[in-house]
Amino acid sequence: MLNPDLKLNEKIFGQDVEKDATRSGYGTGLFELGKTNPNVVALSADLTESTKADKFAKAYPERFFQVGVAEQNMAAIAAGMGVSGKTVFISSYATFSPGKNWETIRTTIIYNNSNVKIAGHHAGVMTGPDGATHQATEDIASVRSWPGIKIIIPCDSIQANLATIASGNEYGPCYLRFSRDKSPIMTTPETPFEVGKAQTFWVSETPQAVIFATGYMTYYALVAAKKLEQEGINTLVTNVHTIKPLDTQTIIEQAKQTGAVVTVEDHQIAGGLGGVIAETLAQHSPTSMEFVGMRDVFGESGKPEELLKKYEMDSEAIIGAVKKAISRKLT
Amino acid sequence: MIDDLTDKKELELRGIAVEIRELIIKMLLEAGSGHSAGPLGMADIFTAFYFHILNHDPKKPDWDGRDRLVLSNGHICPVLYVTLAKAGYFPIKELMTLRKLNSRLQGHPHRTALPGIETTSGPLGEGISQSIGMALAARMDNKRHQIYCLTSDGEHQEGNTWEAIMFAAKYKLDNLTVVIDRNNIQIDGTTENVMPLETLRLKYESFNWYVIETDGNNLEGFVDAVRQARSVHEQPSVIIAHTIPGLGVDFMENNYLWHGKSPDEKQAKEALSELRTLQGKIKSEHQ
Repeated sequence: MLNPDLKLNEKIFGQDVEKDATRSGYGTGLFELGKTNPNVVALSADLTESTKADKFAKAYPERFFQVGVAEQNMAAIAAGMGVSGKTVFISSYATFSPGKNWETIRTTIIYNNSNVKIAGHHAGVMTGPDGATHQATEDIASVRSWPGIKIIIPCDSIQANLATIASGNEYGPCYLRFSRDKSPIMTTPETPFEVGKAQTFWVSETPQAVIFATGYMTYYALVAAKKLEQEGINTLVTNVHTIKPLDTQTIIEQAKQTGAVVTVEDHQIAGGLGGVIAETLAQHSPTSMEFVGMRDVFGESGKPEELLKKYEMDSEAIIGAVKKAISRKLT
Repeated sequence: MIDDLTDKKELELRGIAVEIRELIIKMLLEAGSGHSAGPLGMADIFTAFYFHILNHDPKKPDWDGRDRLVLSNGHICPVLYVTLAKAGYFPIKELMTLRKLNSRLQGHPHRTALPGIETTSGPLGEGISQSIGMALAARMDNKRHQIYCLTSDGEHQEGNTWEAIMFAAKYKLDNLTVVIDRNNIQIDGTTENVMPLETLRLKYESFNWYVIETDGNNLEGFVDAVRQARSVHEQPSVIIAHTIPGLGVDFMENNYLWHGKSPDEKQAKEALSELRTLQGKIKSEHQ
């Protein structure tokens, strides 16, 4: 059942569940931060509206800078502002930033310890019709080896708003990952959010497996958990919204409690959430594991739901992975 | 305001520049690797900045009102380290730890490691952008300090450099002055052979910058160029400073093979003897 402590949206499983894109939550979060903190600044590389930085740009034109199609320049300008008392947000599609400008960010923002938040949009195959060039499925892997970086992947638009604000309230580099398409809203304004603290959305008294999900994919994990419950298989679903620093305590505890782990993400399994959790458990508590995510292939054009089905990342695939993980439990 | 460079002050600065060159040779010999030609060629410009032009306080390296000097081509950091030490940012004896384990003097400069370093640099083409960020922040906060960005000619082959040049003109950043070390060499050869840059002046002018060309090894001329740059409004300015790489050491001058290596003991001895002769000449002029 849904974890009553988290005050989640009771209509999650309804046909009429409200949907919104996580990028919208970024837009409102950035705008609200701008209202309370005059040192918040935003830069865009010609993608202001689709990354939802337009609300901030219109409200605070003197603190918004249009860089043009130049992601390296955007990152390094932000780095200079971030060591000069500003809290800087840079927005683009994740394949371009932190994709194209990876080394610029590494040197001038991360190693230089500048106060810059990198908002990577259009993450995952869920980006849909634009095709693989615009579907970032390697971004988590490419940034998570940066020492000291925070990585936050909000599960819905409400959490995206909170994550954006939280990132702006603390000094230091942070990567925020957002998706393009609308996805079901799972949380409510009363649902708590704390960077680095995983949230167990679905609980049961005698879970046989735990599903660790990140981003909007948490919704498909919940749908799978509900169907599995009807089949008599009890699980936990934990929303790992912060990839770094990882909530290792919760992950190890739940892996030990259940003995079977499934990871779910719209990203390459290699180096993504699957890789992160496998590394943690290999060291602390080896556990039977299955992975749902992109399997060393690029995506393609299509509708989001079609792509999730084709690449075996939908609820049915998660159900299959849970059963397999349970069947392979280590004795 | 930058004061006039009197004859007396110029002689004093020339003496400091030679001392800086001597320390560069000594620290490179001790380190066993590093760049020689660029640091020697830029010793005069660093002397002019830290001992005459910049509004700064070595005892308060984080003072908010300081002028910023951003070194974009981080590989010439030996000259930055020596100049900072001579200006009083940290003890001169620490120079001999360059490139060694647990040193604050990293092979390429790191902002959070050492006082006086404004940016982490080494990968090329990123300094003008970072300087732009500092210039925008200063403008937003109505602060009057100036941002100087020292770049190499070779890093004008990086696309990021031109992205930054476009941006600075768009936002009319007159609190930003870029200085190009136009010494015509890079690791693989001369710039015009590796990837021609000329005509740099026309390129910058067509990007709507105010351009000044000067001899980067002439202290008086360089200080005048910076004063001129500071008088420009509504436009970023660039000083194309023609320098002689390796200046002061005959066998290193204008030789690209000295771009990326350090002297051995024999070479260092010869270099120091040449520099001491030069120092003696300056001292005798002074008397």
